[in-house]
Amino acid sequence: MLFYFFGALAVIASLLVIAQRNPVYSVLLLITSFGALSGLYILLDAPFAAAIQIIVYAGAIMVLFLFVVMLLNAPHEDTDQDERTHPMLRPGPMRFGAALAVALIVELGWALSRSGISGRFPATPVTSVQAIGRSLYTDYAFQFEVTSVLILVAMVGAVLMARREEQPGGKH
Amino acid sequence: MGGFLSSNSFVIAQVGICVVIWVALQLSAAVMVYMERKVCAYLQQRVGPNRVGYAGLLQPIADVVKLLFKEELRPAAADPLLFALAPIIAATAAFAAFAVVPFGGSTTLLGLLDQPLQLGVADVNVGVLVVFAITSMGVYGIVLAGWSSNSKYSLLGGLRSSAQMISYELSYGTALAAVILLANSMSLRDIVNAQSGALFGFIPQFRWFLWFQPIGFLIFFTAGIAETNRAPFDFPEAEQELVAGYHTEYSSMSFGMFFLAEYINMVTVSAVATDLYLGGWWFPFVPESLGWLVFLAKISVLLFFYLWMRWSLPRYRYDQLMTFGWKFLLPAAVLNLIATAACVLYFGL
Repeated sequence: MLFYFFGALAVIASLLVIAQRNPVYSVLLLITSFGALSGLYILLDAPFAAAIQIIVYAGAIMVLFLFVVMLLNAPHEDTDQDERTHPMLRPGPMRFGAALAVALIVELGWALSRSGISGRFPATPVTSVQAIGRSLYTDYAFQFEVTSVLILVAMVGAVLMARREEQPGGKH
Repeated sequence: MGGFLSSNSFVIAQVGICVVIWVALQLSAAVMVYMERKVCAYLQQRVGPNRVGYAGLLQPIADVVKLLFKEELRPAAADPLLFALAPIIAATAAFAAFAVVPFGGSTTLLGLLDQPLQLGVADVNVGVLVVFAITSMGVYGIVLAGWSSNSKYSLLGGLRSSAQMISYELSYGTALAAVILLANSMSLRDIVNAQSGALFGFIPQFRWFLWFQPIGFLIFFTAGIAETNRAPFDFPEAEQELVAGYHTEYSSMSFGMFFLAEYINMVTVSAVATDLYLGGWWFPFVPESLGWLVFLAKISVLLFFYLWMRWSLPRYRYDQLMTFGWKFLLPAAVLNLIATAACVLYFGL
């Protein structure tokens, strides 16, 4: 019962995200969708994943999104202008996008039709924080470290791009 | 009827706890309004409110009645839905955060209940994270209020608030992680009970994490003050620059809800700090049954500290706040975490 509530909420909110004209509402609906996902995690006995979902996605990343949307101050997407000038809205890219969408639907259908056989959880579900931490730092240590390095590289890149050029002969 | 009562008395008691907390939080906001004015007055060598009721005790009620009778205004250019939603989000997040904060040991209400009842709404095994998650939701109320008002002062207040909360949340979380390491649990009740041991082996119920984490406590409380937008970190509503910041355009009870949220957030931060560092409801030689009184006393001390800070310290400059948060507080918190991890590993605390 709760599963259908959270599932429906997540799907409807996600659909409404792309149906909105106002980007601030899109951000809010995405947060709603994340909240519903977090509810689903709780139903799956994974409170840690649920809390992290809220803290990281809804609490940190979406605040940054909202920040950017508010700073750019774009209350409405100017669709008339977009249709003429936006490179992604020309016929070529649109056909490519449509092909990708069809491929995605086919893949999803294939995956869902097989999930009855292969969609089993491991015998001992890893839910407690201790267990997650232990497997992260032993079995999956390499993947964990590689991800950390990847994020670090992205951070260094962002800092480099955001850095103000030093003017010759004075600060700022 | 008697059977129904005894079998359901546990559920009824638990619902009762929810109601008690709800009412207590609202009352605490009223008390804080009164105390804020009184403490401010005494620090400025005035008397403060003394007309309504004995020593002005009914002043908060007069304030609320005044707020209720004010006209609810909405700027014509505001976004109607978000403008109405923002104070609700702020107040809801403030109330919800207290749901996982335990405030006392177990009780049978003087033998009324068959099984002991834990004082606290819910005991979640990732309680620390839940508090953290709900607090981070509260920022949306402020940001949306700033954006939907369609006024430059509100927008600047909202932007400042989001930048400030993102910056200080990191230090807040890192300070928390050190306590989790010491207690070896993320449940707030477990963390409190981990502090019930004896200090140096002879002062009972005094093994508070404050003694092991003095720097962590300072970082946590500083970040907590910044998270609740209180002086000296009250930039979102810096009067001299931003009129009233994010709630400039709000009036009547929707302004009241922001006000309520701010005071309840202060209570929550104090309660969480008490649970994490000050031993929760444990105090030497005080039995666990009187624990909730101890808890109340500890929260009151921290809240008084809040007021004392506000009326003693001038506000920082905004760039100083950011520099302090990123270049001092966060490195200090990370170093504290590393040192704690090394000590836990080496001494096996």
